Amino acid sequence: MTKILAVDDSASMRQMVTFTLKSAGFDVTDASDGDMALKIAKGQAFDVVITDVNMPNMDGISLCKELRKLATFKFTPILMLTTESSADKKQAGRSAGATGWIVKPFNPDQLLATVNKVIG
Amino acid sequence: MEIDLSQFHAVFFEESFEGLDVMEQELLNLEEDTDLENVNTIFRAAHSIKGGSATFSFGQVAEFTHVMETLLDEMRDGKRAISREIIDLLLKSVDCLRGMLNKLQDGDEVSNDYVELVNYFNQLLNNNSVSTEQVDSSDARGGNSGSSFQGESLNRFSILFAPENYILQTGNEPIRMFKELSSLGSLQVETDLSKVPSFADLDPELCFISWQLKLDTGMDQLAVKEVFEWVEDDCKLEITSFGEENIEPDDTVDQGVEQGVEKIENPQVENTAAESFSTGDNTLVEPQKKLVPIKKEPAKVAAAKKSTTTASIRVGIDKVDTLIDLVGELVITQSMLGELGDNFEMSKVEQLINGLRELEANTRELQESVMRIRMLPIGFVFNRLPRMVRDLSAQLGKKIDLNIIGEDTELDKTVMEQIGDPLTHLVRNALDHGVESIEKRLAAGKSETGNVTLTAFHQGGNIIIEIKDDGAGIDPQIIYNKAVEKGMIEDGIDIPSEQIISMIMEPGFSTAEVVSDVSGRGVGMDVVKRNINNLGGSVDISSVLGEGTTFTIRLPLTLAILDGQLVRSANEIYVIPLASIVESIPLTSIQVTRIAGDMPVYKNDNEYIPIVDLCDEFEIMHDRQTSNEGLVAIVEGENRKIAIKIDELLGQQQVVIKSLESHYKSLQGVSGATILGDGRVSLILDIVGLSKRSVERVSQKKNKVA
Repeated sequence: MTKILAVDDSASMRQMVTFTLKSAGFDVTDASDGDMALKIAKGQAFDVVITDVNMPNMDGISLCKELRKLATFKFTPILMLTTESSADKKQAGRSAGATGWIVKPFNPDQLLATVNKVIG
Repeated sequence: MEIDLSQFHAVFFEESFEGLDVMEQELLNLEEDTDLENVNTIFRAAHSIKGGSATFSFGQVAEFTHVMETLLDEMRDGKRAISREIIDLLLKSVDCLRGMLNKLQDGDEVSNDYVELVNYFNQLLNNNSVSTEQVDSSDARGGNSGSSFQGESLNRFSILFAPENYILQTGNEPIRMFKELSSLGSLQVETDLSKVPSFADLDPELCFISWQLKLDTGMDQLAVKEVFEWVEDDCKLEITSFGEENIEPDDTVDQGVEQGVEKIENPQVENTAAESFSTGDNTLVEPQKKLVPIKKEPAKVAAAKKSTTTASIRVGIDKVDTLIDLVGELVITQSMLGELGDNFEMSKVEQLINGLRELEANTRELQESVMRIRMLPIGFVFNRLPRMVRDLSAQLGKKIDLNIIGEDTELDKTVMEQIGDPLTHLVRNALDHGVESIEKRLAAGKSETGNVTLTAFHQGGNIIIEIKDDGAGIDPQIIYNKAVEKGMIEDGIDIPSEQIISMIMEPGFSTAEVVSDVSGRGVGMDVVKRNINNLGGSVDISSVLGEGTTFTIRLPLTLAILDGQLVRSANEIYVIPLASIVESIPLTSIQVTRIAGDMPVYKNDNEYIPIVDLCDEFEIMHDRQTSNEGLVAIVEGENRKIAIKIDELLGQQQVVIKSLESHYKSLQGVSGATILGDGRVSLILDIVGLSKRSVERVSQKKNKVA
């Protein structure tokens, strides 16, 4: 089963993402900030990482950089959840090694479509 | 996939309210310390609310938080100075958002009051682009609308895709992109291996291959480009469109029909919503940003209303872990006892006793841990006060510092929810009427800044909250005169000054007229007192003229459990809250006298304590012959003492309070019931109610006699 790590500090978004992905049959682990996500990532590999950008403790950009340093995450698709207003954030995400992004607001179908783009 | 987003609304509202609290708090901090991390925290909170509200279709909230976020972003980047004006505006916005979210949570329509604030933001941002971003766009993201009329005819694209060699390390896999392309139409792939080094020099983690692709598709160029959206900066990409199917690649330049060669360098391409192909070879379309469509779905909101009625509580993992540990121990003890019971002999009685003792310890610990789950730091209530102090002191023209001590002190969530209003009221009173105006303070030789200190700490099974001001204090003489004037006491009666001061919390005292005379104390004080009493708590006042006033609120930590003293009256067993018991004295050693209305009283030093016989009070059948058997328990509630006449003191124990109101009906003098070890139901006495009830009963009796 495809394993996905979902990272967002907002509980409602995290639940929405997790619920949607689980409903689609993915194996989802969630984390509430970059720090926690990195700790989880050090213990196991994932097929896809979906992360918010603005988070306390460790933001999505730093998480992305840190994940790319891990051997198991060198080629793993990392998707950023971002808002349209932050074009420069997207750029920052790209240079941090992010694979792509999902623009907020998104609905469950858009989320799944984007995830399907990077698996298989 | 059909996923009902309304199931996440409750969480969204909860976290948004939390976010607003955080914003408010940090905004207040910002006034003192313009730390960038504060701005960051505020930004994140606004950002989360924006993201959530947009996702869950609360368009107005999203619109509002969007302009807020834009301003905060400028502050964060140092492009905008942090001024009092801006903090005021943001605080106002927090209030406004809270109101909007409250309405949405209740399933009501949001009024358009917020638009004024949004306009103000826009003026401040001096940026008209925001309003264009609010354009309602029914078009879903993805930009396929432009291609719809093209759907019939096939386009042929020639694509040169030469990724940078590090492409794989961004997680982008060319094969997946080709798969996506082939889902658009028929795809031919030619691979260029010319750059691949010799095997010895080959770095397997790098990509040296480039591709020439031919795609026949019903989709437009934008759709093709979107496939490469994430890698456009990490590759050389040329997309050439040949329009209709019958056009040969070689003819393109001559024919010049709908042809476009493009090097994608614009990082904002993802914002383009639609691109009209009929206009020919346009490639750069104005990024058309959009916020969420503003639409209302009453049905959905109604569903949200239902789902939000269940309150939730956030519990630290450590608390849950402790519980799991305890349950584990309980299971071990239980299996140990079970084994013991299977073939029990008298020789094992020692073991049995030990096991039971362990079981008792486990149970008690488990109970305490479960209770702890409901406990939250009182900071949740305290945190809303700095804002009020800020606004109110500015309004009153006073300088006041609010000091908070012990905000980590924990208490039951239910108690906390209900203490908020009385506490706010008391602090407001301290600001309004406690602390003097600057002139008066200076005249009295005090510093011009007044102090209000909130302190919370645990004491026994109670939480104590003190609200202390260094204002003018309350003059007992004025209260006394007022009370005489109101006919509440007789002139000339000697009453200790604490008791006089506590009269301002009596219902009859709360009139505006009194208020203006007595430095304003009194408005709604009876309500404050009643609310606190309803929680099983008490409030005391102490005041020193010229030095200030302290209100001390004493509350039980939880409403679910009580430390009780079991007492027997005839054949009934009652529970008296242990905290209210002053002392117990055998009836034989006290002097009982009777005063007006045949009320028995016990004279102790200089005070007369009315004696309440539970048998009379609750009309219990008994066969007591003489009246001086047994003993009296002197109990105190709200500065008033009564002596409860009982037959026997039994043990002390923690009792779980069951509501009498929900199972039977509310009774004066009884705060609830509990179930004893032997299965009997025992009433828990409410001291304050009991004393009122007995006084009323005696006066009725007196009336009858008269």
